[in-house]
Amino acid sequence: MKAHRRQPLYLAFLLHRLSGLGLALFLPFHFYVLALALESNAEFDQFLHWSASPLVKFAESGLVFLLAIHLFGGLRLLVLENLPWSDAHKNYAAMALAGGFFVACGFLLRAF
Amino acid sequence: MCVATLIAMGVNAMLEVRLYLAQRASAAIMAPLVLIHLGVMIYAIQGGIDAAEILERTRGSLFWGVNYGLFVVAVSVHASIGLRNILREWLAVRGTSLSLISWIFFAGLLTAGLRAVAAVVIA
Amino acid sequence: MSDSPDSTKVPIAVRVWRGTPAGGAFEAFEVPQQSSQTILDVVTWIQRHLDASLSYRFACRVGMCGSCAMMVNGIPRWTCRTHVNKVMRDNRLTIEPLRNLPVIKDLACDMSEFFDKWKDSKGYFQGSTTRHESVSTLSPNSPQRRVADAATECINCAICYASCDVVNWNRDYLGPAALNRAWSLQNDERDSASRERLSLVAGDAGCHQCHSQQGCATYCPNELNPTASIAGLKRMVARAYVRGNIDRDGRKRNA
Repeated sequence: MKAHRRQPLYLAFLLHRLSGLGLALFLPFHFYVLALALESNAEFDQFLHWSASPLVKFAESGLVFLLAIHLFGGLRLLVLENLPWSDAHKNYAAMALAGGFFVACGFLLRAF
Repeated sequence: MCVATLIAMGVNAMLEVRLYLAQRASAAIMAPLVLIHLGVMIYAIQGGIDAAEILERTRGSLFWGVNYGLFVVAVSVHASIGLRNILREWLAVRGTSLSLISWIFFAGLLTAGLRAVAAVVIA
Repeated sequence: MSDSPDSTKVPIAVRVWRGTPAGGAFEAFEVPQQSSQTILDVVTWIQRHLDASLSYRFACRVGMCGSCAMMVNGIPRWTCRTHVNKVMRDNRLTIEPLRNLPVIKDLACDMSEFFDKWKDSKGYFQGSTTRHESVSTLSPNSPQRRVADAATECINCAICYASCDVVNWNRDYLGPAALNRAWSLQNDERDSASRERLSLVAGDAGCHQCHSQQGCATYCPNELNPTASIAGLKRMVARAYVRGNIDRDGRKRNA
């Protein structure tokens, strides 16, 4: 990574963009699977059965992480753009990251 | 310069402001919905999930219908604007192709999303 | 600059970008270390002792004029106030012309687009009174004046411009310095061009392109915060748009 980009709030931007991209690409698949419920419960259940395997659960917790980090990171940006300026945005970004890990770990712990 | 060109320029000049507002408004709408979604996921994942369990909660429920319907509309707006930024800034897509891809992604996501909401909500 | 090289220290291995708009490459130089040596001292030493054809730009040498900014080990810096011992890694320095601006020769880049964007966003004061009226009184403590003051002291060094990826991705983007200037003028109660300026910073090259990466604020040598100023402009434009208080036929660059 180029030297000028090696600062926390650039990394926060990158994480926000990549998590958003990941979620945007996942959503069509997510919607497709849910729509299966319309056609047949059996097919839907078959999918849910597949998703119960440990590997898929780990992958799911990754998606939960992306969603949580994008939510918290997005809230940080709404605060940055709409509330009086704060110099603590590096801290907020770190808190958003920690929050993402916390939620994803919570999901993993419940999943197993 | 003819009036139509001036109007077209005006529309373009303010396009970024409208996209910005749509991006932030959709984000603000989604924030509580995503919090609920995260909560439900973490709650429901224990002991595995099955179709009956999900559909029992969602079928015929006005609350979940509005919740998910609102989310689908907001996320279609939000994700297509985000994708537009990425296409423009990282892949140098411009002009008509930029608008076209963004609109197609928006329409596709909205259709797939509303279909999914219908599937899990309408009994 | 002391002219007595410290012979007890290893010389600095300096890579300097040499070239023209047609292309270029790095050239290696060895420069003796001196006490309190700045990056500008290093560049000057090379020109005086090793290669008189090296081109670079400087004027005041004391951090006032904003003309000597260069990329130092990949980060934009005011070279006259950047000490070698603060930025040197393993005795090495890499010095390049500022990023995001076309190069003229070696370390001197063409600042035209940077200054043009100041003009494009009406980055100058426009008063409405004449000499026949009394001088306006401004309270330095009014909230609006404090906001305007926080955004002044820019020396036009283009370090923020070089650190901004949005400039890199969208060549028309007005950039942190011009938008910061626009914000300080929008908060100057004597200025009479507020409405016009607002539509100029609202276009597809304007404030809403900013992703708040804060490279500008991180590297600004005068510790200004263009990101905060741009966030202010975003709010101001969005509010004006919603209320219909903005000229919707505002400029679109490259229209």
